[in-house]
Amino acid sequence: MLRPFGMLAELTYACPLHCPYCSNPLNLADYSDELTTAEWQRVFAEARDLGVLQLHLSGGEPLLRRDLVELVARAHELGMYTNLITSGIGLTQRRAEQLRAAGLDHVQISIQADESALSDLIAGTPSFERKIEAARLVKELGWPLTLNVVLHRYNIDRIDRILDLAESLGADRIELANTQYYGWAWRNRAALLPSKAQLDRAESIVRAARERLEGQMEIIYVIPDYYSQYPKPCMGGWGQRQLTVIPNGDVLPCPAAHLLPLPRASVREHPLSWIWEESPLFQRFRGTEWMPEPCRSCERRTVDFGGCRCQAFLLTGDAARTDPVCHLSPDHWLVAEAVRRANEGKPTVLGNPIPRTFRMRRGAA
Amino acid sequence: MSGEVSLAKRPRLARQARLLWDPVRERHVLLAPEGMLLLNDTGAAIVGLCDGNRTIAEIIEELHRRYNRVVAEEVQHFVARLVAKRWMEIGNA
Repeated sequence: MLRPFGMLAELTYACPLHCPYCSNPLNLADYSDELTTAEWQRVFAEARDLGVLQLHLSGGEPLLRRDLVELVARAHELGMYTNLITSGIGLTQRRAEQLRAAGLDHVQISIQADESALSDLIAGTPSFERKIEAARLVKELGWPLTLNVVLHRYNIDRIDRILDLAESLGADRIELANTQYYGWAWRNRAALLPSKAQLDRAESIVRAARERLEGQMEIIYVIPDYYSQYPKPCMGGWGQRQLTVIPNGDVLPCPAAHLLPLPRASVREHPLSWIWEESPLFQRFRGTEWMPEPCRSCERRTVDFGGCRCQAFLLTGDAARTDPVCHLSPDHWLVAEAVRRANEGKPTVLGNPIPRTFRMRRGAA
Repeated sequence: MSGEVSLAKRPRLARQARLLWDPVRERHVLLAPEGMLLLNDTGAAIVGLCDGNRTIAEIIEELHRRYNRVVAEEVQHFVARLVAKRWMEIGNA
């Protein structure tokens, strides 16, 4: 039987930040009926029985869940490797110590830039200094520290300084991931997509830094798929290795899949095992049978699995088409056109205000 | 960072990595941030013996007691691979 290795638990979509590249859904308020502590703990146990070994606790901001320590403790007890993906806001000394004691294995803290003015502008709220404090705290408590940086037009030119900051914080890993265009990022794509010149410069800086910091800091660099020849192997294939549970208990094969016109599957209505093994949602794009041409006869169909279903849907309105990122896709012009516009020589002045399409805040719970 | 780890080194699991028994797959698994490795019995035995006290030579000796066929270079390569991933650390000899 096919078994999932990893589960992304998006505990809440509430978040103190307002990043315009967020991949959370636009209609955040529709997801405010969050799973309870007991429901999440049951889902974790079902996930472990199904084979999940790695649990990524994310959001929104997972630290806004007051029961986060209890949730981590349960996952740890079940024998899962637990990874907290956070803005760092709300990671007080006390909270951090409780999470450490509960068995949290690893912390990833997002930063938006290398200094407060730009970082706070992108985050839409003063947060940089607290993030740096949180990063120091993570190191002090003996956790490995990963910094997450989402790259886009407004911060990619500072990648060298971002790497310097990571080094000075003693980060063990840094993930420099170009924006993926879902949710808010999709809405802000024209403002966020970097130019080819920006990417070339960033890549050469990353290459040099990797050499210089080998054995000291791991540097993960994720290229923007709009600029690659082939699509990303989204989630390692639909319903193959990973699953996502979102705040209201809906289970998704890809964190962006809530936007697809497919039947829902909720842990409030079905066991997780049924959802993974049998639900129409997880069956829909599993394997290679669903594939259209050019994927169907392509050698790479088991390498990139036709790319991302959600990206195909966003770009073409049909989730069953080849990911238009692929240069072989008949819809590739849609991506080429966006790339062309990003390279039209529009000036990319640092600190340009980003369109103010910030995330909605959930009402007091 | 690739190649082999010399016989006098004393490897230990990095603090970011954890060795677990997965009752669902009935396999040992080595877990780290955003990565994992399903291990066979020998692999799990090697990781289990890397406690920061034993040298690679002592680990190989112990494996010889437990298994019929143990190739020293393979053990050294395996540990070197984990060191390169930073899932394993090397203490001083």
